[in-house]
Amino acid sequence: MNAYAEQERQTFEVGRLVKAGLTQSLGQMPRGSVGRILAVSGMGDHDVERGLLEMGFVEGACIEVLHYGLLGRDPLAVRINQSMTVALRQVEANAVLVGPLLDPAGPGALSNQEHGA
Amino acid sequence: MSAATLTADNPRKIQIALVGPPNCGKTTLFNTLTGGRQKTANYPGVTVERKSGQLRTPVGHTIELLDLPGSYSLRARSPDEAITRDVVLGRQTLEGLPDAVVCVTDATNLGQHLRLLLELRQLGRPLILALNMMDIAEKRGCQISIETLSKQLGIPVVTTVAMRKHGVQDLLGEIDTLLDQAPTTVGTATTDEWQEPSPDAIRAYHREVERLLKEAVIQEGTPERLTRQLDRVVLHPVAGPLILLSILFLMFQAVFSWAATPMDWIDGGMAALQEAVSAQMADGLLKSLLVDGIIAGIAGVVIFLPQILILFLFILLLEDFGYMTRAAFLMDRLMSGVGLNGRAFIPLLSSFACAIPGIMATRAIAHPLDRLTTILIAPLMTCSARLPVYILLIAAFIPNTTVWGGIGLQGLVMFGLYAIGVVGALLAAGVLRLTVLRGNRQALLMELPSYKWPNPMNVLLGLWDRAKIFIRRIGTIILSVLVVLWFLSTFPGAPEGSTEPAIYYSFAGMIGRGLEPLLAPIGFNWQIAIALVPGLAAREVAVAALGTVYALSGNEEAVTEALATTLANQWSLATALALLAWYVFAPQCLATLAAAKRETNSWRWPVFMFVYLMALAYVAALVTYRVALAFGGG
Ligand SMILES: Nc1nc2c(ncn2[C@@H]2O[C@H](COP(=O)(O)OP(=O)(O)O)[C@@H](O)[C@H]2O)c(=O)[nH]1
Ligand SMILES: [Mg+2]
Repeated sequence: MNAYAEQERQTFEVGRLVKAGLTQSLGQMPRGSVGRILAVSGMGDHDVERGLLEMGFVEGACIEVLHYGLLGRDPLAVRINQSMTVALRQVEANAVLVGPLLDPAGPGALSNQEHGA
Repeated sequence: MSAATLTADNPRKIQIALVGPPNCGKTTLFNTLTGGRQKTANYPGVTVERKSGQLRTPVGHTIELLDLPGSYSLRARSPDEAITRDVVLGRQTLEGLPDAVVCVTDATNLGQHLRLLLELRQLGRPLILALNMMDIAEKRGCQISIETLSKQLGIPVVTTVAMRKHGVQDLLGEIDTLLDQAPTTVGTATTDEWQEPSPDAIRAYHREVERLLKEAVIQEGTPERLTRQLDRVVLHPVAGPLILLSILFLMFQAVFSWAATPMDWIDGGMAALQEAVSAQMADGLLKSLLVDGIIAGIAGVVIFLPQILILFLFILLLEDFGYMTRAAFLMDRLMSGVGLNGRAFIPLLSSFACAIPGIMATRAIAHPLDRLTTILIAPLMTCSARLPVYILLIAAFIPNTTVWGGIGLQGLVMFGLYAIGVVGALLAAGVLRLTVLRGNRQALLMELPSYKWPNPMNVLLGLWDRAKIFIRRIGTIILSVLVVLWFLSTFPGAPEGSTEPAIYYSFAGMIGRGLEPLLAPIGFNWQIAIALVPGLAAREVAVAALGTVYALSGNEEAVTEALATTLANQWSLATALALLAWYVFAPQCLATLAAAKRETNSWRWPVFMFVYLMALAYVAALVTYRVALAFGGG
């Protein structure tokens, strides 16, 4: 599969999950929940995007929300790929889109969930 | 041409730089490799510390090793990381290109740490990969094929356990091999052409790391449990801040109680020295300069060494243990409320010992505005130089009674002064961020490393470093300030038949008397005004100056005791409280202003710092004085 097709496929996947209501921003995830990163956007800000990528927030990484601060759930501590814990603020966390950890192996599995919902 | 022959006719030492993400063990490795043969200075133009040390390899190469600030990528985000980038790219004029780079990584976190290696490899320079913390990785059952990794990467790969001597033998061997074969003058084309990676380039690095690890990792280790369990308590929204407060309380308790004994020793030692010199020398100007100017002045500063070292002992231990980033996490929300970053917590904590190391520690803060704000408020943390003045005035004016079930009133006032400093700093930060330093909020993005037992060698060498910096400062800045002050308060001498103490007629006296009208509204008499002149250069000097003004002599302790009585008789309570309030805010430290200048690379900010703190001090003293008068404190 060439890079372009791969990108297309990913965009399609993300769109599908968003439509199914299975995505949320990292900042909204409840404490203790897990997920897989679908997109890191930085909302147009290259520096935020690169900062996140450099700290391990990359598409496909597994994450687990470990802790929240007392006020406004800010900042939050997140475990990435079971190996590194990173603290970040809500502002940055909102630039990370997270989907279900067990990617419903394909369109079939997902449509089951859609029916369920 | 090999490196060895090159150095034979070239006096420049072979230079090797340790590069890696924060907390991967660079400093530990550096300490083990160089032992005590290391020195810390600053990089020119910035106060980022340049730690270098000597080492001899088994084959006999003499190497200068550089411990660089930790960084996740060559795209530097803070002044700290910029130094790492500049050294690696040969942009740091002091160094030139290092002959080789050792990329240190945490073997338990290769998934995140190998990207930096890939970035470094792009530069095409001699490179060795050290998989550090191999002991932990093995304990967790992790197995990595070094051969595969080395073959895939095309560079030597070794495993290390940084704090053990035999744990670094492989690395030394690889360094020797590399030096004996690699030409030291590789083309610098790639380092010159280096560009910041784009987001997609970083994604590509991620994929490459994933591919590499799929090949090289034979057995993945089990994830760590202890850190998670500890964090459940340490980062708990309620328990966490309570633990942090307890640690801080313990720390300050220790600073005051543990330091008392060594401070007495230093005090006694300096007094003995003063007497010995006094007895040896004939009366005269030289004796006055030596005894009253230099020895007394230095005694007043050296006395804080124990407190500073104890505070740094705590800071170093907490840092090595991995707690400091947790403290930053817990404080972030509070600090972001006034536009600061959780990371500012560490510099501000150091500022309780002395604002200078505090200001230096701000270099790890990425955002320039955050960093500047932190520098500007650091002097508001109650540093140890304020203590002699606080102690003197509290002893003189605050009755030694207890309030609310056994809490001493004197101690309560002392605590209050600290608290006013902290609250004042937070408010000042908030105002600064809304006015002069307006700008967007910045990212926190900070790794919370796993907990580790502090390494005694790291802690001791770190402490030794602090002590050296402090003593060097005394020998340079403080010494010259003291000589100037002595001159100002000695010349011109008192005229015949004068009634006031000699300092009244000196230059310092003239300046003080000139300032008196300005200080009268806040309740300061001419004696205070004169004492504040030398006190502007260094806070603690004011106590000695008051002693001179009230014509008291003897060693520091005797002066302090006699002074307390004199002051209690001569000053009103309102004046004393106003002076305390003044001391909380006033920027009376040349060295701090000099550090701020070096750190911000301009005169603008130290001047601003001086003006705004002076204004705050004046207003605080004015309000305190008037309120105290209104309540009958006249
Ligand atoms: N078990 C183990 N701990 C290590 C090793 N290397 C470093 N440490 C610990 O890891 C922590 C961070 O090390 P440090 O040298 O300060 O990392 P730096 O930030 O890269 O300079 C310290 O507590 C060290 O004692 C190692 O090889 N094994
Ligand atoms: Mg270090």
